Amino acid sequence: MIKNISVFCLCSFVAVCAFTQSAPKKVFKHNTTSLSDSVASLKRGKALYATYCLTCHQADGGGVPNLNPPLIQTSFVTGKKEPLIKIILKGLNTHMDIDGESYSNNMPPFEWLKDQQIADILSYIRNNFGNKESIVVKTEVQKVRSNLKK
Amino acid sequence: MLRSPFRIFISLLVILGCSIFCAFTLQIKDNNITTPLVADNAGLKLPSGFSAVKIIDSSARTRHLVVTPEGIIYVKLARLKDGKGILILHEDAEGKATITGGFGNYGGTGIFLKNGYLYASSNEEIFRYKLNEKNEVINPDAPEKIVTGLKAGRQHETKSIVLDNDGNIYVNIGSPLNSCQEEDRKPGSMGIKGCPLLDSAGGIWQFRADKLNQTYKDGIRYATGLRNVVGLDWNQQNNTLFVMQHGRDQLHDLFPEMFTEKESALLPAECMYMIHKGDDAGFPFIYYDQIQHKKMLAPEYGGNGKIEGSEEYIDPVVAFPGHMAPNGLLFYTGNMFPAKYKNGAFVAFHGSWNRTPENQAGYFVAFVPFKNGKPSGDWEIFAEGFAGINVVKSPRQAQHRPCGLAQGADGALYVTDDVKGTIYKITYRP
Repeated sequence: MIKNISVFCLCSFVAVCAFTQSAPKKVFKHNTTSLSDSVASLKRGKALYATYCLTCHQADGGGVPNLNPPLIQTSFVTGKKEPLIKIILKGLNTHMDIDGESYSNNMPPFEWLKDQQIADILSYIRNNFGNKESIVVKTEVQKVRSNLKK
Repeated sequence: MLRSPFRIFISLLVILGCSIFCAFTLQIKDNNITTPLVADNAGLKLPSGFSAVKIIDSSARTRHLVVTPEGIIYVKLARLKDGKGILILHEDAEGKATITGGFGNYGGTGIFLKNGYLYASSNEEIFRYKLNEKNEVINPDAPEKIVTGLKAGRQHETKSIVLDNDGNIYVNIGSPLNSCQEEDRKPGSMGIKGCPLLDSAGGIWQFRADKLNQTYKDGIRYATGLRNVVGLDWNQQNNTLFVMQHGRDQLHDLFPEMFTEKESALLPAECMYMIHKGDDAGFPFIYYDQIQHKKMLAPEYGGNGKIEGSEEYIDPVVAFPGHMAPNGLLFYTGNMFPAKYKNGAFVAFHGSWNRTPENQAGYFVAFVPFKNGKPSGDWEIFAEGFAGINVVKSPRQAQHRPCGLAQGADGALYVTDDVKGTIYKITYRP
């Protein structure tokens, strides 16, 4: 067992090395924010994704079959922003098929993150993993959050 | 002075090279004689003398399976294929299986054969089908409903089943929550006091195998404090239930100040428990740390990775590294394999997902030697290579994931994969 654990540790080290940083993509549609703001948001989004999202949705955004949905060209990710923002704010713990597949793990609400942090994460996932969508800005998160409170 | 050791080194290298070449040549020759057709062992790495073939790639989500003495294979599917939830397979003389039928309009995991009946489960109910003298299902469209109304959360919803020798059936009812937090999987969220869900989930329930339409009130909570069990089997040597628990997820994600990512990748243990009536394995209040060999207080209930948990809970009989997802357990009673395997346990590990950012682990079948119903040595990897890649970073990359185990009448070991619906048959020839 010790030997196996050592092998896992070694493999793990290789994995960490393999997760090399890739620069945020330059091509994306941005709203009223400047290009440099968007680049900064995507960079912050990458770090936040690694902390709060990566375990379940995985490093490549591919998710886990049957458990955690993928973020690669998933209608929820590439579609309208409001339902996507709502998932972050409220979590997802009801049965819901996503693009014809079902996923059983609960996602907790991340309402305790700041509006800017949520915007950063969503901008990042909408412009990575093969997605190229408009970025999400703080005010859009603010609006959905205040509507939920009503 | 400098060159002399160098020459010796080169000479040694040449000798070593020649030896390897000779050994390799002999090995090839040997392989040509003994196992010419299955030299690649279906992509699996096995101990010496064992061979493997893929008997079918069914493209179905094949979970648990049974093999009758006549060689009929019944496989439970997680999702319906062509409207059927149980496949019937027949093997030909060349070792290829074909689907010869199907029945059951429900997905699920559990299937078990005993005393002239085939038992199968959906995620809420257990059915049984009467078999004829050839172990064929007599009336596939009209099973008897044995148990109904079992709770099925979004996660850990499958119901694995096994029978004892006294007319009882045992079913796993998994916890709908990862660690009984007030808000499931939310960082820092604490445990619900007393974890009341344990009254109807997070344990093994016992029902009569021949009584119809039983519900919770007709059954017994046989064991509690088990987060989710997928692999389970009845040990015939000591007439006792054994289960494999899927340990809790995300120690680091939920309590980052107490657990590093590396600790979280290895902990807690995936535990094999020997279960007696009334046992409590301690979920969600404790988890088992296979490195310290201790029961630890869960962070949701005041723990921090250092405080030990209560002694009232049972200890595992085997503690494997974390998150490997043991989905199949089988005590080997056949005569085909060498003596060391007799009465030992095979465990099919589906493979991990929540070891990120570390590499994933599992995706193999392990073996634990047993003597008189107790482990008699360290566990070892028996069959590996299911994933088809050396390093699995994300479970999606795995080509195959081991799930169910069954023993054929001749003693061959069958392993299902629920990614491509491949069924492997592992045999031994000295």
